[in-house]
Amino acid sequence: MKRRIALLVLWLALLPASVTAADDYGYPIPGAYEATILGTPGPLKAPRPERMTVRQIFLDISPALQRPDVFFYDEGLRCTLAYQDKRAPLVFLIAGTGADDQSQKALVMMAALYRAGYHVLTLPSPTHPNFIINASRSHVPGDLTEDAEDLHRAMELAWDRVKADVEVSGFHLCGYSLGGTHAAFVARLDEERKVFNFRKVLLVNPAVNLFNSVNRIEGLLDRIPGGPQKIGAYFNRMLAKVTDFYRRGDYVDIDDNFLYAVFKAHLFTHDESGGLIGLSFRVSLAGMIFSSDVMTNGGYVVPKNRVLGATDPIGDYFRVSVHLRFLDYFDEYFYPYMRKKRPGLDRASCIASLGLKSIEGYLKASPKFGAMTNEDDFILAKEEVDYLRGLFGERARIYPRGGHMGNLEYRDNMADFIGFFKQE
Amino acid sequence: MMFLLPRTGPLIAVALSLVLSLSGCAATRTSALPPEEPARHTLAEFSDDERVADIADPWEGFNRSMYNFNYRLDKYVFLPVVRGYEFVVPTLAQKGISNFFSNIGEVRTLYNSAFQAKGTKFLITFGRLLANSTLGIGGLLDPATPMGLRKQHGDFGQTLGQWNVGAGPYLVLPVLGPNTLRSAGGSAVDAGIRYALLGVIDPLQGVDHGEIILAGASALEAVDMRHRLPFRYYESGFPFEYDFTRFLYCQWDELLLSK
Repeated sequence: MKRRIALLVLWLALLPASVTAADDYGYPIPGAYEATILGTPGPLKAPRPERMTVRQIFLDISPALQRPDVFFYDEGLRCTLAYQDKRAPLVFLIAGTGADDQSQKALVMMAALYRAGYHVLTLPSPTHPNFIINASRSHVPGDLTEDAEDLHRAMELAWDRVKADVEVSGFHLCGYSLGGTHAAFVARLDEERKVFNFRKVLLVNPAVNLFNSVNRIEGLLDRIPGGPQKIGAYFNRMLAKVTDFYRRGDYVDIDDNFLYAVFKAHLFTHDESGGLIGLSFRVSLAGMIFSSDVMTNGGYVVPKNRVLGATDPIGDYFRVSVHLRFLDYFDEYFYPYMRKKRPGLDRASCIASLGLKSIEGYLKASPKFGAMTNEDDFILAKEEVDYLRGLFGERARIYPRGGHMGNLEYRDNMADFIGFFKQE
Repeated sequence: MMFLLPRTGPLIAVALSLVLSLSGCAATRTSALPPEEPARHTLAEFSDDERVADIADPWEGFNRSMYNFNYRLDKYVFLPVVRGYEFVVPTLAQKGISNFFSNIGEVRTLYNSAFQAKGTKFLITFGRLLANSTLGIGGLLDPATPMGLRKQHGDFGQTLGQWNVGAGPYLVLPVLGPNTLRSAGGSAVDAGIRYALLGVIDPLQGVDHGEIILAGASALEAVDMRHRLPFRYYESGFPFEYDFTRFLYCQWDELLLSK
């Protein structure tokens, strides 16, 4: 379904035509939003493995957990393992905001690593409902230190479950988007716990600070007509554009060809494309807010003490949640929770704790880290891109374009991605 | 959709009785909690915006029960069978089987194109049927697509829509999943026509145990249909999956009317 939502946003998408670049980087899509939505054109993608042995595992992390009926379908934290039939290093992979272990990006990375001879185990983001329900002790996502503890515990249990069946020669860690930021915190925690002793840790398009990055994504909605409060009207208008385009053309299926046609027809302005990214982020955020609220009985969007059953209509909770800004969630829900845990914590220190700077001493001193991102990744301010450069030096690869994760599948990027883990 | 209906009758009966028993237990509530307090944010706050993904769903309680039932039916019956099928049958043969049933399904598109008076669609489909049945060795291969004849959509639900019959309420059917009242009625008509055509053509005339062969073919068709659909109930883990599925289905159903 995440895939369907992604597809919906995808086929809602698009942008100015192809570029002639002044540099020798061959990724073709110039606009950051457009790249993010379109990804990499088929012929420029890195090759996929012919076959991959994959297994899903469901972890019962807190056996005492009572899942509310509205989440009756949840069977425990879902992780996906791709394993070689020989001894090999294992890469743990943490998904980005709102994404799970089978998100398109996670599967792309899994396939590339598998092809290069690694075992891979993917985990949902701590912001995904499945993680919030099962693996988060507080059921409130966003505190990177606490998320890292939950992630580390989940990794230990996952490893425990599969270690009899896979032969592992060592561990690596990787995460993309917010998952990249999480990976840095998990790596630091593991230095104390000495469980995996990660040899290499790669942050792909990470947020330098969660609070800043999320506000930048939300900012994309400021530029739609009527602003973020009219997100419903905006969505309906974009949908009408696409359906009209489909009706008028000779299209049968809604597939890559259709998407490409939408792209060539300049159906959306640059700001409208950005708005679609903001909207898709809000959809993820809505799932996160609702799940957390139900699990904590927080009375935030669901009335306190209401027990939701497996067949109760819950669409209106979506309509409320999708209108909430991340700032609302932060000030009304997350920050009060943090204050309860750490009385006296002021807002500025709370925000500062949500980023790489709070552990930069460790990151700078450790040779195991590397980062990949793009000059035009809109989740980062210009200074934050420079900060990554300063922090990781040679081990930071900054590409001239690609938006947020848009160039991930581009063959040069994938070669660098694998190359990072290979150079030990 | 493509099931040979007479044989799925008993299955649907079993399904219905299961659903009714399941929806019964979903209604149990605990009364141990203190009284409700209003939520901090409610819909009233955002009433000046248009509603998103708004699809009328007067039968939502029933539909959600059925959605959940289908999830269980998939999990305990269909998906294990499909996994077994995918494990045992070579990939190339799976493809051939899919093409074969898809080719038979062109008949449905063909007569519906005629009902809808869509000449181009009729001709493309006729060309596909001809090419795939001959060059494609009885439908096992699909040479028509590379020839530029793309598969078209055509069913009686679409025909009804083009005859200006409204979609009616959203309806989740057992086994068949998301529908509208119109598409569900259309599927029933298509199944009836198919049954009648089978009776007239009688492809297994004079063959011993024809009934059993036909039953086997129906079962294989059902497995192939599930095998071809990548959708998995609740795979997203997204709490509003039901709402999104409903929205996307209804959008798609409306979009098809223009074709």
